[in-house]
Amino acid sequence: MPLITSICAFPLTTHCMQFMLLFSRQGKLRLQKWYVPLSDKEKKKITRELVQTVLARKPKMCSFLEWRDLKIVYKRYASLYFCCAIEDQDNELITLEIIHRYVELLDKYFGSVCELDIIFNFEKAYFILDEFLLGGEAQETSKKNVLKAIEQADLLQEVRHITESAWSDSV
Amino acid sequence: MPAPIRLRELIRTIRTARTQAEEREMIQKECAAIRSSFREEDNTYRCRNVAKLLYMHMLGYPAHFGQLECLKLIASQKFTDKRIGYLGAMLLLDERQDVHLLMTNCIKNDLNHSTQYVQGLALCTLGCMGSSEMCRDLAGEVEKLLKTSNSYLRKKAALCAVHVIRKVPELMEMFLPATKNLLSEKNHGVLHTSVVLLTEMCERSPDMLSHFRKLVPQLVRILKNLIMSGYSPEHDVSGISDPFLQVRILRLLRILGRSDDDSSEAMNDILAQVATNTETSKNVGNAILYETVLTIMDIKSESGLRVLAINILGRFLLNNDKNIRYVALTSLLKTVQTDHNAVQRHRSTIVDCLKDLDVSIKRRAMELSFALVNGNNIRGMMKELLYFLDSCDPEFKADCASGVFLAAEKYAPSKRWHIDTIMRVLTTAGSYVRDDSVPNLIQLITNSVEMHAYTVQRLYKALLDDISQQPLVQVSSWCIGEYGDLLVSGQCEEEEPIQVTEDEVLDVLEGLLVSNLSTPVTRGYALTAIMKLSTRFSSVNRIKKVVSIYGSSIDVELQQRAVEYNALFKKYDHMRPALLERMPIMEKTATNGPTEIVQTNGETEPSVLDTKHPPPVTQPANQANDLLDLLGGNDVVPVIQTTLPTKPASAGGELLDLLGDLSLTGGPAPAPAPSVPTSQPPFLLDGLSSQPLFNDIAAAGIPPMTAYNKNGLKIEFTFERANPNPNIAVITIHASNSTEADMTDFVFQAAVPKTFQLQLLSPSSNVVPALNQGTVTQVIRVLNPQKQQLRMRIKLTYTHKGSPVQDLAEVNNFPPQSWQ
Repeated sequence: MPLITSICAFPLTTHCMQFMLLFSRQGKLRLQKWYVPLSDKEKKKITRELVQTVLARKPKMCSFLEWRDLKIVYKRYASLYFCCAIEDQDNELITLEIIHRYVELLDKYFGSVCELDIIFNFEKAYFILDEFLLGGEAQETSKKNVLKAIEQADLLQEVRHITESAWSDSV
Repeated sequence: MPAPIRLRELIRTIRTARTQAEEREMIQKECAAIRSSFREEDNTYRCRNVAKLLYMHMLGYPAHFGQLECLKLIASQKFTDKRIGYLGAMLLLDERQDVHLLMTNCIKNDLNHSTQYVQGLALCTLGCMGSSEMCRDLAGEVEKLLKTSNSYLRKKAALCAVHVIRKVPELMEMFLPATKNLLSEKNHGVLHTSVVLLTEMCERSPDMLSHFRKLVPQLVRILKNLIMSGYSPEHDVSGISDPFLQVRILRLLRILGRSDDDSSEAMNDILAQVATNTETSKNVGNAILYETVLTIMDIKSESGLRVLAINILGRFLLNNDKNIRYVALTSLLKTVQTDHNAVQRHRSTIVDCLKDLDVSIKRRAMELSFALVNGNNIRGMMKELLYFLDSCDPEFKADCASGVFLAAEKYAPSKRWHIDTIMRVLTTAGSYVRDDSVPNLIQLITNSVEMHAYTVQRLYKALLDDISQQPLVQVSSWCIGEYGDLLVSGQCEEEEPIQVTEDEVLDVLEGLLVSNLSTPVTRGYALTAIMKLSTRFSSVNRIKKVVSIYGSSIDVELQQRAVEYNALFKKYDHMRPALLERMPIMEKTATNGPTEIVQTNGETEPSVLDTKHPPPVTQPANQANDLLDLLGGNDVVPVIQTTLPTKPASAGGELLDLLGDLSLTGGPAPAPAPSVPTSQPPFLLDGLSSQPLFNDIAAAGIPPMTAYNKNGLKIEFTFERANPNPNIAVITIHASNSTEADMTDFVFQAAVPKTFQLQLLSPSSNVVPALNQGTVTQVIRVLNPQKQQLRMRIKLTYTHKGSPVQDLAEVNNFPPQSWQ
């Protein structure tokens, strides 16, 4: 039985984003955000299969595909694929906008973001995502507010560490 | 001990590895260092080490030894520690591990922290991965934060509440008071998340739904402001103000307006406004239009609005952006039943989409095309669909072939056209045709009496060309066996009769018997056909010889047939003519063969990638009535009408005793065995054992179960196993009503996961009498070829004391004997 079916077909959620994956054109995972409980083994299996499926898509194909009983919305930005799994009732077109908004946030934060930024600062990519989405839904629709919150939180790291130097040094 | 290397340093180092082995070595070395650092309980560098561990985890390496360290970080008072600690918890921990419960106390403290960013971390983590136990413990804190005036926290609390409700639905009530003035917020973040929360509550509880209906005017106002307000830089996306919020409001309106005339009326204007004023040049505008269309189609909108919606979809179909086309086809598929004529207007565009490059678009276009076939357009549509069948990918062929057969059966303008169409499918996509099509086609051919000569001639010619496509070969063999006399006598009227001798025909059939291309089933058909010809041809000796040769065939099935046919020649020769007589016309007792689908908001989406277990054809459902409101189309399963097997009129009842299970006609069962397509070949014996005779309760002793018991309505399931197919479970539901008022308009609907198939027969009645004075029964048949654990989601709708009631439930407690 497909793994996702056993978990996701039966909770009585009628719409939610189940997970978001970022991966390179070589299939290397750069970020994974899961909004449903799955074991590490299951996550690995899903990731592997989905990455294969998406990478096999030709450029002329549309951004949506049916996979198991989910809808997959994906978009490539430069060398990174952004891939979301949504449920049947969800609006694919607005999910594309969600992905785009996240990319814009990353872009604003890192200044012309590229894959390397996300590789070397993956924890920040997560922090930004967690200020934008919560439980798979958008918590803030203003770009400015998300970035402001991140900025303040970053500051908080530095202020609290009077004995240590800035973030990049302590980690 | 030197300071552990920095995160970015590690990343840089690992990326220099040239081979997988080199990388693994680096990782192992670093993990060892991290482990010893953890053992030393080093507070300073714990954060750095966990961050590195998270990186290595993303590369695929095990990181479970860092789980407890994450908890220590969360408990720390440093913000950096907490940030990484919570991130680690979300990545490394999940509710299956008991360890996660240790977080509960920390989260509780952090929910009450003086710094909102710490509170935010806690809310985010709880809302992302909180288990039911954690949610139960912390729901009170979340509820408190839902009432705060701090919008940063309030928006997070709202989504956290959504998660809590999903995990522990019983807690929904406690959040009700806090929702009171959520919509009066000016902050878009809070508004957005509040709408999400309200949506969740309304979808889970009919009471909440009625309660929140009064919000419709307020929602309409908010939406109106968004559309009418000028440029707002903070929320603008390509000229549209906060599309995310707009889409969410539209969805909530959909749920509120769904079965309610007044609410639908109240939102009519705003929907028309959004539909006509939204900018369509970019994806964002189309996203809003899409949601609007979905809402219009789902509520009780007036016809003008519905036509507007369909036209939007029609325009979408012409959009250059393939994503938009895809979405249009999906939506049209949902609405094609209820707004058939409106969708028909876009038929030619839809048919053009059959040529699209994208697989998903092609599939939807195919399904929609089948849905649009009717008596008027059958010829034109069939031309397009047959052309599609010729050139499409193998993954489509089975569904397309089945679709063509069904459409042809329903709307064939003439018998000749029908036979020609079948021939076309068999010759071009013969290997993809489903096994159950063979008996169906045979029945069709038998019943087209005046076309027998034409049919057998065409099939014979097809056999001369190609004997590799088994379904074609099987149908042809059967026909030749039946109508071989018409073939050699050259009686065809429809086209130029061909000259063929008995020997030539027997050559072809014998060729099938020896060919490597023929499957055992096909060989069975061929042998039986040859046998039948013994009463139609004069070259009986040749036939006798062939039959006796196969009496020692290695294939047991063939051997048995040959031996029994031999017996026919020897001892029972006097019966032979009667036994091998021409087949009579077979009655089809089912209503209108085509498979029906229980719709879920009109969705009929088979999995495109599920090529291992091809879904049975998703036929256009012809019930506009019930739209199953269950979870998406995930569980949609074609509900197939039974075609009850009929036995051929036998020439003498006593023959049954003499010949046991041998098919009386020497051919396959005339009507399909339970019409659920199975992968078993249509063996003679299976087909003949008809349901009534062999309906032993092989599953005697499966305990009944209570599937549902709420508000006075109790539904019990009792079980039987249908022989001969052990993969089918027959469930009878018994609905009883213990309240003092009758439950009228009672409708029971069910859905199962994709690997199952479901067939729902008619209920005994739609009134469940009060005070347990009677029950409504209904039979469900579930095909479970993969023998997986049976699960079902049911939806019950009825009217009780004047008000409509609707409920959804999951049934998971099936006794193992019902599906093993």
